[in-house]
Amino acid sequence: MGDTPQRSAHAGTGGITVATGHEWAAGASARVAETPGNPRTPVDNGMGGGGALPRARSFGAERAFRGLTLAAGTAVLVIIAAIAIFLIARAVPALRANTENFWTYEGWSPNEAQPKFGIGTLAFGTVLSSALALLIAVPVALGIALYLSHYAPRRLGTALGFLIDLLAAVPSVVFGLWGRDVFINPVRDFSAWLNEYFGWIPIFGGDGPFGRSIMLGSLVLAIMVLPIITSLSREVFLQTPTANEEAALALGATRWEMIRTAVLPYGRPGVIAAVMLGLGRALGETIALAMTLGITFGVSFNLIQNGGNTIAANIANAFGEANDTGRGALIASGLVLFTITLIVNITARVIIYRRREFTESAA
Amino acid sequence: MAKRIEATNVSAYYGGFKAIENITLTVEPKTVTALIGPSGCGKSTFLRSINRMHEVLPGARVEGNLTIDNQDIYDRDVDVTAVRRMIGMVFQRPNPFPTMSIFENVVAGLRLNGVKKKSILEEAAERALRSANLWDEVKDRLGKPGAGLSGGQQQRLCIARTIAVEPQVVLMDEPCSALDPISTLAIEDLMFQLKDQFTIVIVTHNMQQAARVSDRTAFFSIEKTGDPGRLIEYDNTQKIFSNPSVKKTEDYITGRFG
Ligand SMILES: Nc1ncnc2c1ncn2[C@@H]1O[C@H](COP(=O)(O)OP(=O)(O)OP(=O)(O)O)[C@@H](O)[C@H]1O
Ligand SMILES: [Mg+2]
Repeated sequence: MGDTPQRSAHAGTGGITVATGHEWAAGASARVAETPGNPRTPVDNGMGGGGALPRARSFGAERAFRGLTLAAGTAVLVIIAAIAIFLIARAVPALRANTENFWTYEGWSPNEAQPKFGIGTLAFGTVLSSALALLIAVPVALGIALYLSHYAPRRLGTALGFLIDLLAAVPSVVFGLWGRDVFINPVRDFSAWLNEYFGWIPIFGGDGPFGRSIMLGSLVLAIMVLPIITSLSREVFLQTPTANEEAALALGATRWEMIRTAVLPYGRPGVIAAVMLGLGRALGETIALAMTLGITFGVSFNLIQNGGNTIAANIANAFGEANDTGRGALIASGLVLFTITLIVNITARVIIYRRREFTESAA
Repeated sequence: MAKRIEATNVSAYYGGFKAIENITLTVEPKTVTALIGPSGCGKSTFLRSINRMHEVLPGARVEGNLTIDNQDIYDRDVDVTAVRRMIGMVFQRPNPFPTMSIFENVVAGLRLNGVKKKSILEEAAERALRSANLWDEVKDRLGKPGAGLSGGQQQRLCIARTIAVEPQVVLMDEPCSALDPISTLAIEDLMFQLKDQFTIVIVTHNMQQAARVSDRTAFFSIEKTGDPGRLIEYDNTQKIFSNPSVKKTEDYITGRFG
């Protein structure tokens, strides 16, 4: 995440710095060897006493630091493994007790004597609402980011950028409340309108009630991820080397052509990272969706009827009255959500690294 | 394909700061004109005024009259992108597009002009790369990133990119300053070839280079920091370097040679 070109540049030089250190030492001794008269005797080069080359210190800040980072790294891995084992240990008994197919059953009643629960509809709702949210948010976010970085006067760009960063800090429960109590009204009206005129398209079909629908959830989600994507993309666009922008302009590009030739290709990996970060937030968003979706179990592409549910929203709604099996079932659903997020992340990395040859030389 | 540039009383500003004042000179078609002078005297500023790149910077503006074959390039009705297509520019630091392959870099300008046909692009790319003396070095790796070339190769790539769109004037701002002597010679050779087709204006700090490659030389200078740069002398290169008529020019040139 956050693989802006700038950062990967730093990551790249990290290794080189270490190597340079060694080269320096080698170079120093080579210089010493050239000294006429005493071909092998090192002169005082400011690094140690005369006589011999300074010995490697057996214990120094370097080693201590290395040990510390190693310990920290190991600790993180151990903690992650422990969490994973705990979660799996809790999930497995619940999955065993499930009397229906965990992947396909449409419903969630794990607290009964005959537990029945399925992840399919929840996973579907999660992916659908997140995908829709991105579909709405990404074009808008990129438009705003480009406006702020390349069209707006610099002062205005900075001020608006700051405002958008502030928007990113609004807690999701606020978005949830606003969506449930305020935003739902225009969305309900709009849904009714869509249903009246475009009801023949299945996604806008149905006989109501409308409002607490996938559309409302996705719109609220879109508004929530918009600031992250905008803010990161803007940073990335601002980093485009002036030399490249001028090269494009000097070839006779209009401003938009310059953006297409120089800015967008340069910012691509960063934008993908920004979108993935937004997607990560959308997939894991809990409370805002628990408050705005209709909470039904079923696979449907209908966007405007009351309904829809996601893994995270289901956890938020169902955790309170869950018994042991119920909690295990929710944990199992959490693991599935984790897997989805992981797949999304890996896909993003693959996309970014496939053109690594180009993006690295860019940095 | 080459055109005459006439500058009359051209002044250029960065916000409130006047960087050059009342520059008047004529660049003949199919010649190489060198701009020389101490650092900060406004050579780059003048060069960038010629293809309207100066105004890209916020707050920057140009006054006076600049024509190319009697057409005012600062006319309100003139399309600035057309001006820049006609007057190509090579920058001091090589600036290939980092995300593009060598091939895509060369044809970037053509693509901007809407050329889509692969065969035309390939033909133009080969022609431009051959003119830039780069073809033999890169013909087997056209798909590789342009930024993976050496500095000198990158600069020739940028030259190829500039001449691929067949501009009528090529402006070069210290094109060799980041290069080794061999690449520098390659680019100087290139200028000799290019002036058969193009009008070339080059900024250089290297007196020998100015003497070697240019037909005419313009000497710019400033009185003191904060003053605008002015054109001190403009004449045939031979005259400027052997028998300049202004004392200041002579001081500058001889000062450089010691
Ligand atoms: N972007 C800018 N903003 C403000 N002032 C500038 C800018 N670029 C150049 N200047 C000023 O304009 C004057 C002329 O600069 P210019 O770059 O044209 O000089 P130059 O002759 O090309 O110098 P050099 O030989 O060092 O490249 C200088 O005083 C410089 O400080
Ligand atoms: Mg300059």
